[in-house]
Amino acid sequence: MNNDEIVLKVEDIHKSFGGIEVLRGVSFDVRRGETKVFIGPSGTGKSTLLRCINQLTIPDRGRVWLDGEEVTNSGARINHFRQKIGMVFQNFFLFDHLTALKNVELALLKVRGMGKAEAREKALTELRQVGMEDWANHYPAELSGGQAQRVSIARALAMDPDVILFDEPTSALDPELTREVLEVMKKLARNGMTMLVVTHEMGFACSVANEVLFMENGVVAEQGSPDLLLNDPQFTRMKDFIGRIDSRMSD
Amino acid sequence: MDQTVFLFDILLPALLQGLIVTLQLIVCSAPFGFALGIAVAVGRQYGHPVISWFCKTFVFLIKGTPLLLLLFILYFGLPSIGITFTAFTASVLGFILCNGAYNAEYIRGALISIKDGQMVAARSLGMTRWQAIKNVILPQALRRAIPGLSNEFIYLIKYSSLAYMLTVVELAGAGKQVATKYFLYTESFAAVGIVYLVLVSVTTIAVNILEKKVAIPGTVRATPAAQL
Repeated sequence: MNNDEIVLKVEDIHKSFGGIEVLRGVSFDVRRGETKVFIGPSGTGKSTLLRCINQLTIPDRGRVWLDGEEVTNSGARINHFRQKIGMVFQNFFLFDHLTALKNVELALLKVRGMGKAEAREKALTELRQVGMEDWANHYPAELSGGQAQRVSIARALAMDPDVILFDEPTSALDPELTREVLEVMKKLARNGMTMLVVTHEMGFACSVANEVLFMENGVVAEQGSPDLLLNDPQFTRMKDFIGRIDSRMSD
Repeated sequence: MDQTVFLFDILLPALLQGLIVTLQLIVCSAPFGFALGIAVAVGRQYGHPVISWFCKTFVFLIKGTPLLLLLFILYFGLPSIGITFTAFTASVLGFILCNGAYNAEYIRGALISIKDGQMVAARSLGMTRWQAIKNVILPQALRRAIPGLSNEFIYLIKYSSLAYMLTVVELAGAGKQVATKYFLYTESFAAVGIVYLVLVSVTTIAVNILEKKVAIPGTVRATPAAQL
């Protein structure tokens, strides 16, 4: 695998909601196998940015390329790109009426057009990856938040995506469940999955991220390896932000 | 005349004939009314603005006018512009339109109740809007619509008696004919009433079984709120 290959290119994304500019020109490149973590105060457009990448939110301006093909302005082909750009949501959004197994199978059957046996096989493999094989026949309402999130990761993995977007995947979970989801994500990162992660988990960011992008007021304010942003005196804003979190936690 | 003779040799055979017609009316109307309800609800909720407007207007017109009027137009009115239906067909058409419009409202309510995240997740996997509606939204919405839809089905059982106004001798009509011929109104109509009660009871039991069968394990909807 060529690790310098740019798999996703995001260029000058702008987005306003009702006159308020949430994203004010965000650009970055993602290399294959890389994990980028987005950190920053609430309301700085991190989640909106992820949704602009797979066009769940249409940006006002700016472009996105996946493997050299333009994702923005791709018309009906967007459904092709979305298969290649997995997404994991804060509130899991599992299909409530389907078992864990069928949640993973559904898009394989309907979007990829796989046969039943093949889809089942593939779905079970992905559930095994996230340690949820034994829960394959349980419904979302019967799962803990951590289990549900792991199933939703399996659902994204099943499409063999080039990159997975994680939109605050652990923000709805207690610390213990957070840990089990982060373990799965770390494993994915180690196995070379390309990931963009919006999170407040600094520990995860420091141990897994190749690069941290600190966002503030709709732009990337600081960008670099976790080490660099935490230790280089030239960077102050993320340290301030983390400091504020830490001092709050120690209260 | 002996009551037993009247009951077993005259009234019940007549009601049986009527019951068969009533069942035919229901069987011919309900599936199409159900399908129409889904189409109109989805069209209104997810369709192009023009389609959405048509669906909304259709429901408005049906809700706003008596079914009897619709039946009269279909059977007595349309021949003047060259469209002629048998009384049975006109009745079935009227029932489908009426049943469909009300079903659409129950289904629309259920569609609205499905959280946006379900559609967002489906689209994020590369499903088209239609695939998402068909595979993710509708299966959930229809489950939630069952109580309303069953109510409407029960109405259909009862308003199928309006077909008699178009000369279709169904259950209520058969009872009326016996009643007027033998001047035994109370007995005849009470018997008719009992048959309708049985029909509705059977439906209610069937719906209960269906609801249990399709309930999603682990959800609140599977257990009565009193147990919570």
